[in-house]
Amino acid sequence: MADLTNVIYFDNNATSAVAPEVLEAMLPAFGPLYGNPSSMHTFGGQMGRWLNTAREQVGQLIGASPEEVIFTSCGSESDNAAWYSATETQPEKRHVITTKVEHSAVLAYGHYLEDKGYDVTWLGVDEKGQIDLNELEQAIRPDTALVSMMYANNETGTIFPIDKVAQIVKSHGVQLHVDAVQAVGKEIIDLKNLPIDYLAMSGHKLHAPKGIGVLYVRRGTRFRPFLKGGHQERGRRAGTENVPYIIGMGKACELAGANIQEERTSVAAMRDRLQAGLLAAIPNCKINGDESSRLPNTVNISFEAVEGEALLLQMDQYGICASSGSACTSGSLEPSHVLRAMGVPFTYAHGSVRFSLCRYNTEAEVDRVLEVMPKIVHNLREISPFAAFLKK
Amino acid sequence: MWEYTDTVRDHFLNPRNAGVLEDANVIGEAGSLACGDALKLMLKVTPEGVIEDAKFQTFGCASAIASSSALTELIKGKTMEEAAKMTNKEIADYLGGLPKEKMHCSVMGEEALEDAIRRWKGLPPKKHDEEGRLVCKCFGVTDLQIIKVAQENGLTTADEVTNFIKAGGACGACKDDIQTILDKLRAIEKPMVEIKPAPRMTNVQRMQKVMTILSQDIAPRLALDGGSIELIDVDGTTVVVALRGACSGCHASQLTLKNLVEKTLREQVDPAINVVEA
Repeated sequence: MADLTNVIYFDNNATSAVAPEVLEAMLPAFGPLYGNPSSMHTFGGQMGRWLNTAREQVGQLIGASPEEVIFTSCGSESDNAAWYSATETQPEKRHVITTKVEHSAVLAYGHYLEDKGYDVTWLGVDEKGQIDLNELEQAIRPDTALVSMMYANNETGTIFPIDKVAQIVKSHGVQLHVDAVQAVGKEIIDLKNLPIDYLAMSGHKLHAPKGIGVLYVRRGTRFRPFLKGGHQERGRRAGTENVPYIIGMGKACELAGANIQEERTSVAAMRDRLQAGLLAAIPNCKINGDESSRLPNTVNISFEAVEGEALLLQMDQYGICASSGSACTSGSLEPSHVLRAMGVPFTYAHGSVRFSLCRYNTEAEVDRVLEVMPKIVHNLREISPFAAFLKK
Repeated sequence: MWEYTDTVRDHFLNPRNAGVLEDANVIGEAGSLACGDALKLMLKVTPEGVIEDAKFQTFGCASAIASSSALTELIKGKTMEEAAKMTNKEIADYLGGLPKEKMHCSVMGEEALEDAIRRWKGLPPKKHDEEGRLVCKCFGVTDLQIIKVAQENGLTTADEVTNFIKAGGACGACKDDIQTILDKLRAIEKPMVEIKPAPRMTNVQRMQKVMTILSQDIAPRLALDGGSIELIDVDGTTVVVALRGACSGCHASQLTLKNLVEKTLREQVDPAINVVEA
């Protein structure tokens, strides 16, 4: 069994380590400061100030004002709440546009609406995972309630041209929801200059704990709460506030803002070195995604004639953590919907591995992965019946 | 993350008999690149039919590689006749079990072995149309393959079939079809003697028993031939029924009435029962 205290964690798009500063900021709210912000007494009521600070910290990172920030339990809840609100407030509009490569939270809501009789347009992507803006514009109809699109893809890192998408969608007066779970903290997002209505974030992708998310709702957007009950979050999300996690989310956003240049330069440099090293050392592999418009921390690489789960478990022996889009790891019997939508051939799709880095990774870790991976791929190809057909 | 046994991990990390067998004289193949796993089994078989050596090459996940490794260990030294009796269960058992979603890896081993045995006997490789009706178009699985794996492993739900041979695991359009195949299989395999006759019965008890046996045992078997049966009346030990569907007007219907319906009711409810048609 691998040493579980000393791993090389290149799986930050799956989840990320809680930053020590975040943990420290949260602790008082687990200890003496346990009050309920809704209470009339000072002991509870003082927690409202902590929530305000967190709301400002989140707003600061994405160019939003604090009252546009709603705390939720996770990215999926934020996505669901946005779709719910957009369709509930415009019941006469029965058409929604999204893409085939979205997170399952969005895909599932789309299928749910189809079952309820809605029309859903599922935009396809090209081999780099990019949408066609003309196709988007042509899909918009008078009864389109919502366009929902991810900022950046979790599997390939491909970034959609959200500013152009927003221009098109808003010129038709349609609401726009952006799932920015993977992009926040890596891409510079300024909602003051980006006309979108809803934006979803997740804490655990940016060094806050699991169990906290944010839904941004632009001021003036009609809103119907997904979770109904008390008056919390200005009546837009019921349930007693998760005070410690909200504090953690605020702190994580402050840190993300301070470190965003590092993510875009030194993390990107490590990723680039990892990618170049793998391509140089291992024949018959290819990059999945749009290298000209990609998250700085992500590389998705396919090794022909070997299978992703086998790769991951071999890497696990060396304590290297990553993900795969292969059938055996996707939980179904088919490879990832993202790679299939991109038309990645089966020979490559089953052998895909996603490495996603963060500012806590080191050059030495990249060295170690570059040392180990060629061996692993070589060994699995040795016993693969398809390796003999690989182009030399 | 999959819960693999230590044996699976061991056979994945240290596969036995992996690689090309240079002097192989029999080859068996299963799976494809598109399916996500594929196995090439290479055997050296003596003129007497003994498997002297076995090696494999596998493209697939950890349990596919471990299953291939286990397969070669299991068949080495066996005769081809003995090997022909092997099922996927032995492979899974050898590995201390596989996660249920991964049972198809052991089935792939059995299929490659079957293919090798066919070729050794000089038979052409199996074609789907001689294997039965194509049920799962995504993974190319036929009804006969489904019936075989269901019988060997006691499967009763479509999800279980998906775990064992992938059928229904992609688009899912054939799931209902698979369940129908399984239901028919169960109706045939259902043991005849399930409910022991009670020594003394009231009329109501007898009537209830007759109704239960008719609906749960006899009707499904008639349904296989497109027929159905309706209970009209129970008067003491006389049971009045009407045969419907394909049974009505069938010249064998009197035979059905006596041999199937009356015999079953006499065995399971009361030896004194007489069945008449309404």
